[in-house]
Amino acid sequence: MGDLRLMKGNEVVAEAAIRCGCDGYFGYPITPQSEVMETLMLRKPWEETGMVVLQAESEVASINMLYGAASTGKKVFTSSSSPGISLMTEGISYLAGAELPCLFVNVQRGGPGLGTIQPSQADYFQAVKGGGHGDYKLIVLAPASVQETNDFMDLGFELAFKYSTPVMLLTDGVIGQMMEKVELSDFKPRWTDEEIERISGEWACLGKKDRPRHVSTSLELDSEKMEQNNHRFQAKYQSIQENEVRYEMLNCEDADYVMVAFGSSARIAQKSMEIAREKGIKVGLLRPITLFPFPIKQIEELAGRVKGFLSVEMNAGQMVEDVKLAVNGKVPVEYFGRYGGMIPTPGEIVTALEQKLIGG
Amino acid sequence: MDIKEIIKPENLVYEKNKVLTDNVMHYCPGCTHGVIHKVIAEVIDEMGIQEKTLGVSPVGCSVLAYNYIDIDWLEAAHGRAPAVATGAARVNPDKVVFTYQGDGDLASIGTAEIMHACNRGENLVVFFVNNAIYGMTGGQMAPTTLVGQPTATTPYGRDVELHGYPLKITELIAQLPGTSFVTRQSAETPGAVRKLKKAIRKGFENTVNKKGTSFIEIVSTCNSGWKVSPVQANEWMKENMFPLYPLGTMKDQDKESDEQYKVK
Ligand SMILES: Cc1ncc(C[n+]2csc(CCOP(=O)(O)OP(=O)(O)O)c2C)c(N)n1
Repeated sequence: MGDLRLMKGNEVVAEAAIRCGCDGYFGYPITPQSEVMETLMLRKPWEETGMVVLQAESEVASINMLYGAASTGKKVFTSSSSPGISLMTEGISYLAGAELPCLFVNVQRGGPGLGTIQPSQADYFQAVKGGGHGDYKLIVLAPASVQETNDFMDLGFELAFKYSTPVMLLTDGVIGQMMEKVELSDFKPRWTDEEIERISGEWACLGKKDRPRHVSTSLELDSEKMEQNNHRFQAKYQSIQENEVRYEMLNCEDADYVMVAFGSSARIAQKSMEIAREKGIKVGLLRPITLFPFPIKQIEELAGRVKGFLSVEMNAGQMVEDVKLAVNGKVPVEYFGRYGGMIPTPGEIVTALEQKLIGG
Repeated sequence: MDIKEIIKPENLVYEKNKVLTDNVMHYCPGCTHGVIHKVIAEVIDEMGIQEKTLGVSPVGCSVLAYNYIDIDWLEAAHGRAPAVATGAARVNPDKVVFTYQGDGDLASIGTAEIMHACNRGENLVVFFVNNAIYGMTGGQMAPTTLVGQPTATTPYGRDVELHGYPLKITELIAQLPGTSFVTRQSAETPGAVRKLKKAIRKGFENTVNKKGTSFIEIVSTCNSGWKVSPVQANEWMKENMFPLYPLGTMKDQDKESDEQYKVK
């Protein structure tokens, strides 16, 4: 066993970043994620690993600081919560367009607008359908525990650099604020200049030496070339869809019904599943871990043998659209959720299952 | 004498510096951006810092500055160059990072980013090209547009009641304790270009010596946007812009000590 601790999700974001050899963090306070920067400032990683931590003047600035640092091949991240992520979306689109590897964490709260500081999953569309302008996608990882929050920081950076693309960790006020047992990752040193040269030397702005200059940009005024760029992006997203789908399936082998839920909803749905099974309802749970790429094939396959799906979300019904697309009309797909900062109870979900799917 | 006899290294009196690329510039004839690019490239060349300099280009006419100065470049979103430069400089303290921005980019949409970068004393050089108009988008009002100056969005001239006052942002920047060198220059005569070059050199030297933010405004023309000839544009600038935006150095010192800002 490694380093076992009892920690908050947000604190673990900070600790995991330091441990996975992160070079920099740029952020702006917002509830319910402020502990990320607070923990970093308390830890002073610049003394320990050389990691830079900077409080920016706004999320607009922090996302663009990320753009600047990521352009030089460094491992950098930011974190925010829903309204802050909205401010960042212009920058996120630029990062995707310039194909810069980086990570951001969205500890979601209820919206729209200033909304509430309570947990929510209402930024699903924003995370997986773009959010900013243009045809781009982010790899979106949805941890359902403090442990996965730890694990996905490193995984997020790995995927970001593997595909040269921004990655989002989509958590929420539940995962960010709750304390759980976590086994922290071992320390990895930050990349040396030589390693950065080897890993990202083909594109990163490391200073022009004996090679053509590097330009970190999303601009291409020649529309034929811009279409080519977009072909390249789409091919990349295709390859991510083929190779990086991650999910967890519980009790789906004998299931008549399957609930689809991610993040903290999945934790609650797991309890609902136990209650329903005690009542003799054969229900399983599919938990997408990557929201893009979405487990389309797995849902397609299940649709051939179950009687229906219930998408359980802390929003007004967003992921249900993707479940429906994957099911493609084969069996009924229903949605149940609470939103605006409210969290469904396991019992409510079972009732919804009975009334919307089984009774219907 | 045959021309080939004349073109010999020993007869060379002037040479394009190698940090300026051979690409044909997209700027309008008479535009100041080209001259400023050239001088920046010369200073980078003379200081031998090409390998460690990173430029951040803005959104505006100079968005394509990366085609002309042969260094690694980061192209920023509109107004965000100081944040992009902050990110790059913070994780690369050994690099010399500069931004190159127009008045719309720096003094309108990017006001927060430039203020805070300068206030933190980020180790950067900022080149602020003030042509009193939005060149790129076809000549709309800029924050620095003069009262009475006609533009595409102030066809009857800028009216203070409607649009507020021209923003003298360099004067504001000079107040910020993080800046060490704040100057306003121009580039319309050989003499002005020589002075500008000195200022640019000072800015880059400050950055090499980690002296905080150096801010260099260059009062410029946009004859296309102003809808006059290049010669008339220079005259108009001298007559109208120089009185409002007087040339000269506002600040040349180390960035302030934190003494007077401390809790007791
Ligand atoms: C977010 C955003 N808003 C607006 C624009 C459109 N736009 C492009 S350049 C520009 C103005 C640039 O003017 P200035 O900074 O003065 O530079 P110049 O072109 O005069 O050199 C604007 C408004 C944009 N690209 N992005």
